[in-house]
Amino acid sequence: MKKIFLLIVLCLGIATLNAQNAKISSTNIKDVDSKVVNTSSFSNEGKPYVICFWATWCHPCLQELSAIAELYEDWQKETGIKIYAISLDDTRTKGKVKPLVTSQEWTYEVFIDENSDFKRAMGVNNPPHTFIVGANGDILWQHAGYAEGDEENLIKKYIELSK
Amino acid sequence: MKKIILLASSVLLCLSIQAQGIFGGKVTGNFQTDIQASKADSTIGAKSLEDKMRVNAFANILYSTDNFTAGFRYEAYLNPILGFDNEYKGAGIPFRFATYKKDFLEVTVGNYYEQFGNGLVFRSYEERNLGLDNAMDGLRIVAKPLNGLIIKGVVGKQRYYWEDIWQTDNGLVRGADAEISFNEMIPSFATSDFRISLGGSFVSVYEKAATEHITIDEATYQLNIPENIGAGALRMNFGYKNFNLQGEFAQKGQDPNAMNNYIYHKGNALLLAADYSIKGFAIRLEGKRIDNMSFKSKRTQQGNMLNINYLPAITKQHSYSLMSMYSYATQLEGEMGFQADVMYKIKKGTFLGGKYGTDVKLNYSYVSSIDKSAIEGYELNEKGTLGYESSFFKKGDEKYFQEINLEISKKFSPSYKMNFMYAYQEFNPIAYGHPGNPLIYAHIFVAEGIYRFASRNSLKGELQWLTTKQDYDEFAKGDWLQLAAEYNLKGRYFFALSDQWNYGTEQGDKVHYYSIAAGCTINTTRVQISYGKQRQGILCIGGVCREVPASNGLFMTITSSF
Repeated sequence: MKKIFLLIVLCLGIATLNAQNAKISSTNIKDVDSKVVNTSSFSNEGKPYVICFWATWCHPCLQELSAIAELYEDWQKETGIKIYAISLDDTRTKGKVKPLVTSQEWTYEVFIDENSDFKRAMGVNNPPHTFIVGANGDILWQHAGYAEGDEENLIKKYIELSK
Repeated sequence: MKKIILLASSVLLCLSIQAQGIFGGKVTGNFQTDIQASKADSTIGAKSLEDKMRVNAFANILYSTDNFTAGFRYEAYLNPILGFDNEYKGAGIPFRFATYKKDFLEVTVGNYYEQFGNGLVFRSYEERNLGLDNAMDGLRIVAKPLNGLIIKGVVGKQRYYWEDIWQTDNGLVRGADAEISFNEMIPSFATSDFRISLGGSFVSVYEKAATEHITIDEATYQLNIPENIGAGALRMNFGYKNFNLQGEFAQKGQDPNAMNNYIYHKGNALLLAADYSIKGFAIRLEGKRIDNMSFKSKRTQQGNMLNINYLPAITKQHSYSLMSMYSYATQLEGEMGFQADVMYKIKKGTFLGGKYGTDVKLNYSYVSSIDKSAIEGYELNEKGTLGYESSFFKKGDEKYFQEINLEISKKFSPSYKMNFMYAYQEFNPIAYGHPGNPLIYAHIFVAEGIYRFASRNSLKGELQWLTTKQDYDEFAKGDWLQLAAEYNLKGRYFFALSDQWNYGTEQGDKVHYYSIAAGCTINTTRVQISYGKQRQGILCIGGVCREVPASNGLFMTITSSF
């Protein structure tokens, strides 16, 4: 048993050496109306897009999404950015996602990853965690946590990676 | 020598597989480690660690191509940090799996997490910070034969610390679930204002019966323990424009076990929720009733391990530390309650809204016991009997929890914003495993301000105050005042200072929990070091709690993803 694992680890190690950019995983999640959607269908008309992991109980996440919400319309006009906001709320709080998003007038594409399947597949430790994903599904950049002003860094990176 | 040959041949094998393009996939993963050193401190009840330093570590490695994913998780508890069960001591690979997708089918062998509906009859999940992991080991199949129809099947056993589960008599869990979304299935319905989906699940656990006896009038009888225990649930989701209605009802067969004192009362659970939301305003109501719904894959098991289902607390989930000092945890033997949320955004340009608008959130929750009356001729909840009778709509005499919570968030200028929260909580210590104690009545205030400098540095200040007359035990310790400040350098480095002061108690005014912390974030890597005192308390996530003992010393966390 141990040897098999050793073999797997070794293969993965070698694969890592040869690996290019990691790709977005193909995982089933739900939209705010409980419709099942596969994450491989995410796209932005041939441009990179952004994935933000968040939760209704996560303060820095709400700060991040509120800060971006004020700038989002301008950003979209200027750069064509699109943000997928993936909520990690489970049964306890997932019902609050739609009321919160609608009342906050957020215009992100909002989905719920209620048993953290997408979170695990993307290697996320804790929310908030932000990815920029290329049109071909390659993960171009990622960042954990949120501090005041991080949104400026995000749009700078987005413009840089869109070129 | 043999090992070297084996190693060399496996390297060649891996390389050749890659060369053929079969393994042209990507590797991703993440890592977390917590390191703790604590010394004795009698004022806060911290004990010295005989091993001086403790470490928890997790690493996930995933390998994926378009249709194939395999991976594993390595865990090490050397030794488990305070608050984690000592059963975790050790290191190894408790989680490994392979999944492939072909046509309408997804097959997973090995370990997996899964949830049916709201989880009332089945949820396999991991909550790392609670040390809770009930990963399944076995087989899972997910099929999407038609648009709008998803069928799932699972079979396997649940993780139990490091135990070799296949050598134990722990129950075997089997389950199936189906969900239909009519809007996806019927093309003409796709853009309708009505949204309807239905689902149903069934789970059965098989565990060999051990002998269990009861004594009546000095005669000993053996209980007739069922070996197969079934639970089923039906759910629906209905929506019309801005209105939503969701519900799920679950029922469980006779399941005498250690959690319910071996009674034969059937279990059930109901979740109902309705919400209405428009721009700037939302309202949501939620009701819940649980009756004898602890569902585990081992009859004699107590505590948080080997849960097959998930029954969340329907109370507000807090992130401020004094707000969560009295966190409610679901009472599996029976509870009923409701929760209401109102969210309102006061428009920009109005008197109260100011230049940026103001967010107001109001939450109310109430939970009590359910009605239970003894069966004639027996005591309430007597072992080996049907336990009790319960009238579905009647609430019990005991109040478990109540909270009124108001939160106001306001941005005053591009560089300055504040958050205020007030809560009144009534807490029954039964949620912390201390039944029969007086309720705790607490008023809690929080004010938080964030100022952002032109340089993109920021300063955060936080004031929290909890005041209560109850001061009678470890879990009811009077008044608390917390002050904290955090300075953030361009989102990359931070420094923080805080003090939690427990004053006006039997111990006097001397108990301070000082702490100093610093950290650094670069892309996905975060390193955080703190030094100071941590109060004894209970950490709750999703209505499940674990006790965290007091500590005094160093704590370091490193996380990263790749």
